[in-house]
Amino acid sequence: MTEHASRTEVSTTTIDDDRAMTGAPLDSDAAGAMAVALAGGERTTGDGDQAHHVGTSVLRYGGADRVTGKQKFLSDLTFPDTAHVALVTLPVACATITDVRTAAAAVMPGVLTVMSAADLPQPMPRFGVSHQDRPVIADGQVRFHGEAVAAVVAETLDQAEAAARAVEVSYEETDGVFDLDQATAPDAALVVDPSARPADDEHRESNILETALYEWGDVATAAAQAHVVVENTYTFPMVTHFPIEPGGTVVTPTEDGGLEVHSPVQHPYLLQRTIATLLELPLAKVRVFAPDPGGAFGGKQTPKFEPLLAFLALKTGRTCRLVLSLEQTFQTMRRAGCRVVARTGFTADGCLVFHELECDYLIGAYADVAPRVMTKGSYVGAGPYRIPHVRTASRAVMSNTTPSTAFRGFGCPQVAWATESQLDAGARELGLDSLEIRRRNLIHRGEAFFRGPYEATADGDWHQSLEKAAELIGWDTPLPAGRGRGIAVAIKPGATSGLSQSLVRFLADGSAIAYAGTSDMGQGARTLWQQIVADELGTGLDKVTVVSGDTGVVPFDLQTSASRSTVFMGNAVLDACRDIRRRILSLYADSTGSEEDTLSEAPGLLVTPEGPLPLLEASRIALGSLGGEFVGQGIARMRGRKGHPLGGDAAFYEFNCTAIEVEVDLDTGELLLHKHISVSDVGTELNPTQVVSQDEGASIMGLGHSQMEQLLLDDRGLIRNLGALDYRIPTFKDVPIELVTHGIENHDGPGPYGSKGISEGALLCTAGALGAAASQATGVVIRDLPLTPERVWTALQQALDQTTT
Amino acid sequence: MTTQDSRHSVRNAAVVPDELNEVECTVNGARARFSVPPHRTLMDALRYQLDLTGTKTCCAEGECGACTVLVDGVGVNSCLMLAAEADGSTITTVEGLGLDTPSGLSDLQESFLEAGAVQCGFCIPGQVVAAEYLLRGNPSPTVEEIREGMSGNLCRCAGYQRIVAAVQMTARKRSHHD
Repeated sequence: MTEHASRTEVSTTTIDDDRAMTGAPLDSDAAGAMAVALAGGERTTGDGDQAHHVGTSVLRYGGADRVTGKQKFLSDLTFPDTAHVALVTLPVACATITDVRTAAAAVMPGVLTVMSAADLPQPMPRFGVSHQDRPVIADGQVRFHGEAVAAVVAETLDQAEAAARAVEVSYEETDGVFDLDQATAPDAALVVDPSARPADDEHRESNILETALYEWGDVATAAAQAHVVVENTYTFPMVTHFPIEPGGTVVTPTEDGGLEVHSPVQHPYLLQRTIATLLELPLAKVRVFAPDPGGAFGGKQTPKFEPLLAFLALKTGRTCRLVLSLEQTFQTMRRAGCRVVARTGFTADGCLVFHELECDYLIGAYADVAPRVMTKGSYVGAGPYRIPHVRTASRAVMSNTTPSTAFRGFGCPQVAWATESQLDAGARELGLDSLEIRRRNLIHRGEAFFRGPYEATADGDWHQSLEKAAELIGWDTPLPAGRGRGIAVAIKPGATSGLSQSLVRFLADGSAIAYAGTSDMGQGARTLWQQIVADELGTGLDKVTVVSGDTGVVPFDLQTSASRSTVFMGNAVLDACRDIRRRILSLYADSTGSEEDTLSEAPGLLVTPEGPLPLLEASRIALGSLGGEFVGQGIARMRGRKGHPLGGDAAFYEFNCTAIEVEVDLDTGELLLHKHISVSDVGTELNPTQVVSQDEGASIMGLGHSQMEQLLLDDRGLIRNLGALDYRIPTFKDVPIELVTHGIENHDGPGPYGSKGISEGALLCTAGALGAAASQATGVVIRDLPLTPERVWTALQQALDQTTT
Repeated sequence: MTTQDSRHSVRNAAVVPDELNEVECTVNGARARFSVPPHRTLMDALRYQLDLTGTKTCCAEGECGACTVLVDGVGVNSCLMLAAEADGSTITTVEGLGLDTPSGLSDLQESFLEAGAVQCGFCIPGQVVAAEYLLRGNPSPTVEEIREGMSGNLCRCAGYQRIVAAVQMTARKRSHHD
């Protein structure tokens, strides 16, 4: 089977994004200059005997509990005196609610309360990270299939479900818009009434929520300089996250009038602020516990049913529990579908002259972070290339569908599919090789891919990844009959601002506790903090405990997203450890009557004129007979940049090159992947196995949206493939025969020891590589994803018909 | 053990008859007795009556494998089996696999850790039980046989390769013991 080349980095996965989450203006300094207070830097070494855990594949923190079943996910937790919540939904995607009759349900056995919009404060409390548009519960309107109209709380789940069926809702189904054509038609039904949008919003009479325009050079006149121009339209499907843990929330009212919220959420501090704001409670009275998410991928970033459960808990005075079904989960998270019209010009030798993109993202009925997905995804839409003339015009278009949210790759895979396919279209016209055309256009370190006053440049040696992928797939070896090879590249901006705080306690026996608020949702964040603390304080891995998932104890972290945690929280943990060493040095000097400037510190050591002392010994001498402990505080802060289209420069870029060799069954349209190579620019691998597993996971997830996944709606906007039976994700049998991931390590990232964020890169350009490979194998170009057997077979038949007629 | 079903203890009479089935079975080596309404799945009974929450719920329609347990030695999706059908059977859940070892981990569970097969971990109990079932029937499976045998268990995080490696690693360990 597959080998696995070296591998890389660290991880901390996650998915998106930063600024939108704060819900507040960027923390820009007056000068508008970016101040990156990220520590980064090189690894300093202590004495030669010191164990180094960073850079090795130490076993996953908490792994044993995950293989024995002891790990408690949200639905495994039990609470005393729990009441159960069932939601009332309608079999429509778009309707006006005329009446909700709850009286019959309210008197059913075990029922504690039935809540609909009428039972909530008016005007309806609303929340959201970019627009505060989402009601706690449907407010007079159902805007998408599955939106909750009422909720029942009862002693048992059976009672709650029975009563939910007894709630009578009168409604009138109304015209909705469910795809881009419908939503952008001149006479389109509007998802949001213009009166609910700001008077100065130029798009208020349409379904366009926000737009973005990135432009340099002059595409209008550049065509004259091009030897070849290709123009095509590409589509990318709506797909859903399908975390194996569906999700849910449990909310408990506390005796002091506050709330405890349990939710497997990526952003506990955003949830805390959202609940506090909606319920008008001090932050200190809203304690969010975030049990490790059982998969999230961006889908568990933003609050969803937590506000509703908070109102229910306060109303009933009981712990209220809602565990979603997988079907309900489909109705709470998805990726924006996208249509890209691309026009691209090349010189005779294959150099890009201009690239023009119109990107329409089909977002849902509420904004969530979708506007940011659109702006950030299309910011890098032109790709990591040297292009003198670019125009990217993007729109986030609302529809009566599940609100789209962050999803691994955050808007980038959609446009990369178009741009990479255009490179191949140009190459075919010019008789060039797919690898060669990328060699000619891919930028080198320091070269700009985004031009203008907020120029953005390559922060890595990305050609190395391109060449490594070509080598690993054997680009220059003869292609077996019936197969095709494709190669593609893409980038994604990391976080553009942010703050992570950490506390580390170095205890009297040399063990340590790190408080770090990153949600460990599979990326293995806690493993990295354990490795960093062990190395920096000179203690054993087994002596380091990591505490997370509790806003009542753990200091603020902006969020677990945008693959930011290795860089941001990693630096905060590192900073906290170094703070401890400085405090030990200072107190040691005081306790021993020595001068501070005769002392220095290094990982695990205090260096004295008499020689190096293990840090624990130094700390005992410093503390003296009183004993005690040292507490270090660490902060990683990156401010935004005023005027920057993303609110700030990215802390790093994820760069990936994927190469695929595929065989196409011409009779069935099925794709058999022989080789799948993914090479990422990772900086430094803090835990090689975790890097490998992140990149393998992302590669397979990329095959999902490339080959099989798509949410299908009927003509009234109902999801037709709601659930695991009809919505297919990759299984064991869909893994390529050979899947190899590799990390390029140049130790050039802003994170600890030169690390960068990873984990999204490996799905950014999967589709482009697969599409190109399938085209080469069949001679037929398909521009719509996913490349299902049905779609491939149909395209083959059409090509055959054209040949024979 | 006899427990109350905390989640389902009261049933709406209009929906389901009040009758309860008495179930006696062996779970992870211990005798278990409980009462369930006829529609209760084995998955829910294990999770909410026996507090064996290692068995996970995802799709609840037999597609994802997160709820896989062994019933009389056969791997089943416990969401598709009624609890009442388990009367008289011997059930092994993920919690029962490492009971005889000092570490509390079976060789297979250790292999999952060593191979880096675990990310979020939500699918992992089902994967471990399915892999155990596979290995009991086929002690030295090929990669193809592993992919086929495990194809009823979905993982969204890790891309399956590390799980295949873990199964192979376990097969090698066991063949050395024989």
